[in-house]
Amino acid sequence: MNSPILLQPDETFILNVGPQHPATHGVLRVKMEMNGEYIVNAETVIGYIHRMHEKMGELKTYPQFLMNLSRMDYLGALGYSHGHVLLVEKASGIVVPERAEYIRAIMVELNRIASHLFWFGAFVMDLGGFSPLMYALQDREHILDMLEAVTGSRLTYCYFRFGGLYNDVDDDFITAARQFIPRMRKSMKKYHKLVTGNIIFRKRLEGIAPLSKEMCRKYGASSAVARGSGINFDVRKNEPYSVYPEFDFDVPVYHECDSLARYMVRMDEIEQSLRIVEQGLDKLPGGPIMPDKKPKLIKPPVGDYYQAVETARGSFGIRLVSDGGKNPYRLKLRSPTYSNMHLFDEACRGMMIMDALAFMGSLDLVIPEIDR
Amino acid sequence: MVAYFTEIFTGLMSLFIGMGITFKEFFKPTVTVSYPYETLTMSARYRGHIELVENEEGNSQCVVCGLCEKACPSDCITLAGEKPEGGKKKVLTKYMLDFTKCSLCGSCVESCSFGAITFSKEYNLASTKKEDFYFDLLKRLEERNT
Ligand code: SF4
Ligand code: SF4
Repeated sequence: MNSPILLQPDETFILNVGPQHPATHGVLRVKMEMNGEYIVNAETVIGYIHRMHEKMGELKTYPQFLMNLSRMDYLGALGYSHGHVLLVEKASGIVVPERAEYIRAIMVELNRIASHLFWFGAFVMDLGGFSPLMYALQDREHILDMLEAVTGSRLTYCYFRFGGLYNDVDDDFITAARQFIPRMRKSMKKYHKLVTGNIIFRKRLEGIAPLSKEMCRKYGASSAVARGSGINFDVRKNEPYSVYPEFDFDVPVYHECDSLARYMVRMDEIEQSLRIVEQGLDKLPGGPIMPDKKPKLIKPPVGDYYQAVETARGSFGIRLVSDGGKNPYRLKLRSPTYSNMHLFDEACRGMMIMDALAFMGSLDLVIPEIDR
Repeated sequence: MVAYFTEIFTGLMSLFIGMGITFKEFFKPTVTVSYPYETLTMSARYRGHIELVENEEGNSQCVVCGLCEKACPSDCITLAGEKPEGGKKKVLTKYMLDFTKCSLCGSCVESCSFGAITFSKEYNLASTKKEDFYFDLLKRLEERNT
């Protein structure tokens, strides 16, 4: 389908996309060798907003590093903090009260919905439709208001603590969250009518940018990129952590492997997250949100620890090597978008440029998270 | 051939359905506020930059223990204090916040066991000069009292 017309190799030209291209939501540069409208070769250039988070992890004490995690992915910040606190708790043997874990799961899922909503709006905008972004942002605003009322910030939360939470949720939050669920379900119907059914939208995604299972495995892709290619992998199910085993939810998997499949996975995930929030609110136990004996000085024993979590962007892994000191000896952050993005170079060969940009949108890239 | 015309028909329908939704939305009430003419009240837990808390006499409650200074991941806080003659407790003489580096993490507020600092509700903080973000919190406290 996407076979380039035969031109002489010296008839290709170089097209520089970015570093400030509006369709890439961040500072990513793609060097494309073009043959007419077809891509012959593409090379993604990253690192424009490298902030040395891993090095900072070594230099700062454990509590001081808490806020860094939410600066990695500004859309789904809580998922990353969740991985970090779980890891340090595992390493230093801190037991988290049940209520705190439930609240964490609810918050992470709400944050995931907010992230997916933003992606949905931005993705459709990349394809040329503006109004869905406005509707998505309106729904997202409800989540941000709820999270702000509890955590104090709207985007770069610093809410989780080792052992528990910064502060408890109140009744207002619970009422707001309960009201939000039916509202969101109604909106989802609207989005499916407005966007999913739209012929222009479908024509631009259906059968475009097929990603084979092998390619996803080769690059270590996760999230909707892998699940849209028929790989049933979700850390919440496969390596359960926190209170996720208590919840009844499905992992949406599509086998079409195209951009539309990736879109559908994320849209279905919103519904699954709503289910988790609903069950979490029903089951929310009482009790403290911090352990009785607040851990004072965090000094995990010597060892090598790893924790993976499913964030809005895929499986985020964090590895800690401790030498028993106040700071980690080494803190490695495995960023999911980093792997998801790198298959772009290979997958977009022979694609038309507008399809490639739609494909890039379907990967849901958050550049600060790649650069770290 | 039939498939071709069905596609044109369903395609057109899908566009009309979409337009119907945007048309309905058009008549829904406005949900945005026209800032800066209207503003929203900040939520109770909103985290602005930190501020000193005053006691009944209008002085700072700080005992100059320096824990907040140590807890800050980005070295934003510089403080100094001295013992007044005849007094037992140290009195705060300087409390500088370098807001250019602050990430509003809240470590300082949590580390203070005397409730001497809290988050303000300030968010209108645009400026073209870096110096505008070096806050003298003690001076701000005095200004609030006068
Ligand atoms: S909020 Fe965090 S970064 Fe800001 S002054 Fe306090 S401890 Fe430092
Ligand atoms: S921790 Fe509290 S009492 Fe101690 S120096 Fe800081 S503000 Fe003052």
